[in-house]
Amino acid sequence: MSHKLNHSMSLAKPDALDISNKQKIALAVGIVGLFILVLALFNTNFPNKAIFLSLSLGLIIVGIVVYARDAYLNKLEGIKNDGVWFKSISSRGIWGWIVGIILTTFYIVLYFFPKYLGLGSDGEANSGLIGLFDPLSQLLGGRNASQWFVYGTLYTVAILAFGYKFILKYRHNRYQQLRTVSVMFFQLGFAFLIPEFMYVMNNDLPYYDLKSIWPLNYYIFDEWSVNGFLSNGNIGLALLLFGIISIFVITPILTYKYGKRWYCSWVCGCGGLAETAGDSFRQLSSKKMSAWKLERWLIHTVLVFSVLMTTAVIYTYLGYDKNDFWLTRDVFIALVIGFLTLVFAAVMFFKRQELGKDAKYGAIGFFVAITVLLVMHFTGTTENLFYVKASVLRSSYGIYIGSIFSGVIGTGFYPILGNRSWCRFGCPMAAVLGFQQRMFSKFRITTNGGQCISCGNCSNSCEMGIDVRAYAQKGENIVRSSCVGCGICSAVCPRGVLKLENDSMKGRINPTEILLGNDVDLMDLVNQK
Amino acid sequence: MKHIVIIGNGISGVTLARHIRKLSDKKITIISAETDYFFSRTALMYVYMGHMKFEHTKPYENWFWKKNRIELKKGYVKNVETKSKTLHFAEGDTMQYDKLIIATGSKPNKFGWPGQDLNGVMGMYHKQDLENLEKHAPNKEVCKRAVIVGGGLIGIELAEMLNSRDIPVTFLVREDSFWNGVLPQGESKMINRHIKNHHIDLRLSTNLKEIKSDENGYVKSIIIEETGEEIPCNVVGLTAGVTPNIDFLKDSEIELGRGVKVNRFLETNIKDVYAIGDCAEQHEAIGNRRPIEAVWYTGRMMGETLAQTICGNKIEYKPGHWFNSAKFLDIEYQTYGWVFGERGRPEYEKHFHWKHNDDTKCITVAYHKDTKEFLGINTFGIRMRHETFDTWLTEKRDVDYVINHLSEANFDPEFYSTFKNEILKAYNNQLQIA
Repeated sequence: MSHKLNHSMSLAKPDALDISNKQKIALAVGIVGLFILVLALFNTNFPNKAIFLSLSLGLIIVGIVVYARDAYLNKLEGIKNDGVWFKSISSRGIWGWIVGIILTTFYIVLYFFPKYLGLGSDGEANSGLIGLFDPLSQLLGGRNASQWFVYGTLYTVAILAFGYKFILKYRHNRYQQLRTVSVMFFQLGFAFLIPEFMYVMNNDLPYYDLKSIWPLNYYIFDEWSVNGFLSNGNIGLALLLFGIISIFVITPILTYKYGKRWYCSWVCGCGGLAETAGDSFRQLSSKKMSAWKLERWLIHTVLVFSVLMTTAVIYTYLGYDKNDFWLTRDVFIALVIGFLTLVFAAVMFFKRQELGKDAKYGAIGFFVAITVLLVMHFTGTTENLFYVKASVLRSSYGIYIGSIFSGVIGTGFYPILGNRSWCRFGCPMAAVLGFQQRMFSKFRITTNGGQCISCGNCSNSCEMGIDVRAYAQKGENIVRSSCVGCGICSAVCPRGVLKLENDSMKGRINPTEILLGNDVDLMDLVNQK
Repeated sequence: MKHIVIIGNGISGVTLARHIRKLSDKKITIISAETDYFFSRTALMYVYMGHMKFEHTKPYENWFWKKNRIELKKGYVKNVETKSKTLHFAEGDTMQYDKLIIATGSKPNKFGWPGQDLNGVMGMYHKQDLENLEKHAPNKEVCKRAVIVGGGLIGIELAEMLNSRDIPVTFLVREDSFWNGVLPQGESKMINRHIKNHHIDLRLSTNLKEIKSDENGYVKSIIIEETGEEIPCNVVGLTAGVTPNIDFLKDSEIELGRGVKVNRFLETNIKDVYAIGDCAEQHEAIGNRRPIEAVWYTGRMMGETLAQTICGNKIEYKPGHWFNSAKFLDIEYQTYGWVFGERGRPEYEKHFHWKHNDDTKCITVAYHKDTKEFLGINTFGIRMRHETFDTWLTEKRDVDYVINHLSEANFDPEFYSTFKNEILKAYNNQLQIA
């Protein structure tokens, strides 16, 4: 039966049969491009690195572009999901596992053993893969490449090339196209080019991707980062202020107006990669209720961890004496506790009924966080906080959350867990935005009366693992903190049931027992309750 | 505790069971011979096309049934003895009920064509049909051509399914234009062209004469009635409509017509026996509806309604304004209110038709020629809001109002072009000509 997983161990059947000769050539071209990178990794000494680097990236891009054009432009516009669950790469088959393992290995080496990629230490020149990227790095930033430059370049190439593919795939859908152009723009400009140019203009500034907001950008308030900003005059101060305003002012306003999607599927780099290169894996996310439960615990735990960690880190480098600087430890801890209390009180006041028993979990979480902060404040010395060094807290966050969770698992496991497992289970920024979206946002996915036929295309294509159908078949709007507003559920719906929109807060959540289309009196009778 | 037994685990039976559980503590059993769990029949096509796996067609996880104390029995009811309130299963066992609900749905029509039971001839309705198709048409090497007989909604879905695996399809349609018993001419013609654009060999005004067998009892070819042409093929899809699936009731005392005869309370002639969904036949049609409504939505609505009656709040089946939807390959279709094709159109019904240049979008608005009252809309390639049209129909808006406010009803994704001005211009032009 076709619904069984494709467990064929053959590398040729049945997958390669499905692609045209042109696509085979395109694949070959792309693989040659990748092969140049592999040769570089094994320290092949290319005579002219600039040419070979251009050749490699060029071939990869050409391969993807030609492949995509052949896949989509020869067919009429429409939904292009034929065979997604038959192809081994997109159904956890042998190719899926191979790609997953390669990606995971790459991330482990990138984060923990950059010297194997050829990173020169102690002033040595770069070699290997990183060395190959030196000419491009010199061109843009006037310095030799680092492992992060190599990663950033490949990341950007992936978003641009697969973004093009995605645009062709949804060439009948303006929302998808604009959204994709947006993530391509923000990746190329904000994450890749602007930081390099900023470095050229002022090489003391810390690397700052303007669109990467705390707590996703967990190091922005680290001492070295803040010092970096502060020692660079007005521009540095402006950037630091922008970082603070981003999370406390810009984020709530935009999320209120448009939902969390303004960031997660229009701006964010992690989201950008997931939506483009990761698009083929979106159906792999688990829709089980148990996965949802795990998600809620995990993502909020990461959020609490990141808030406490950041507070602790800032706390350590603040002083005691308000004559030195107005923001002393006392003032800071009071501000943090005050802010959290304000948020908590507002939610309890306005949303108590709506939250039901979740309010209890929220309250427990809040009091635990406050207690930890107070204990930290009254037991802390300069070095030890809550009996753990703040630096240890910070570095373990960096390793376990920043590297392993977001990179190794989040991206390396695309072909196994789906393309948004980091966004769904781990990203503290997504947790903040999701909280805003759930509490006060005009955004929702509207369900179209009684038109749902429970087919499940929406749930199947939800990368965040939301069981969209469970809402649609009840005629209930989808208001979920995890929804990143990618709009694919709406696109694949065969009956025109789902629409992403920003409308008034009133009647946003509308559970119904009897759907539109039935006896009016019956609907009144049952739905009134 | 009263034992409610539902035969059939489709949308009607399952909706009924869910609502009875919400309203009461009665013992509920759902019987099915088809599958262990409820699945969305309308999604079977996506399993063959590889968009989904079969497990994704199940709207509820497997733990749902136990948690909600809805018992599931896999078995085939052979006959129903209403005097002793006993069901007899083909497997030999029996079951007692206090109230029985027949929700057995439909089965594909077969019109006595020679060869209609050969290997490789199938409908596309049950899960077993899907398995059968997978066996006979796994790819274009095994199935060199498929012929589909019957130009309705299931026929075009089957064509899309086979097309997704590059299997050549010949599509025999009795009418002179696709589904024009339902669709007005402009729409039907547009779909004809869309089908051909997908390289499907559409044969209009064409009937099947017979299906020929090879020496092993497999389909070899079909013969066309009109021309005598023989088309070699490996699979024949019979999709010429459906009939209530009620053969097992023939020896019972339950009154049958084409379906199980029910009154407006969905009661049969026998006390404590009800019928809902595709297999129920109203004594008299409700409004413009057909006595047998084989539609997902009406099945669900009957389930919602009957749950009230069974739980003590006796209520008539009184559906609201008609609506429906479908998808023809890449073109979505929605309808609200009544828009008739050439056949059966009341003499007072007039149409305004607008079609986009790209030949994939159009609307037809039906209105009363004298009163200008808005009667209904068909929309292709443009999504419309159910609630808005439901309100307009209730408020009996006139056609001018509807055309001028069409953008309020638009349900397309954000940033889509709206065709407000184009439609309005076409409408005003038509008024000038008329």
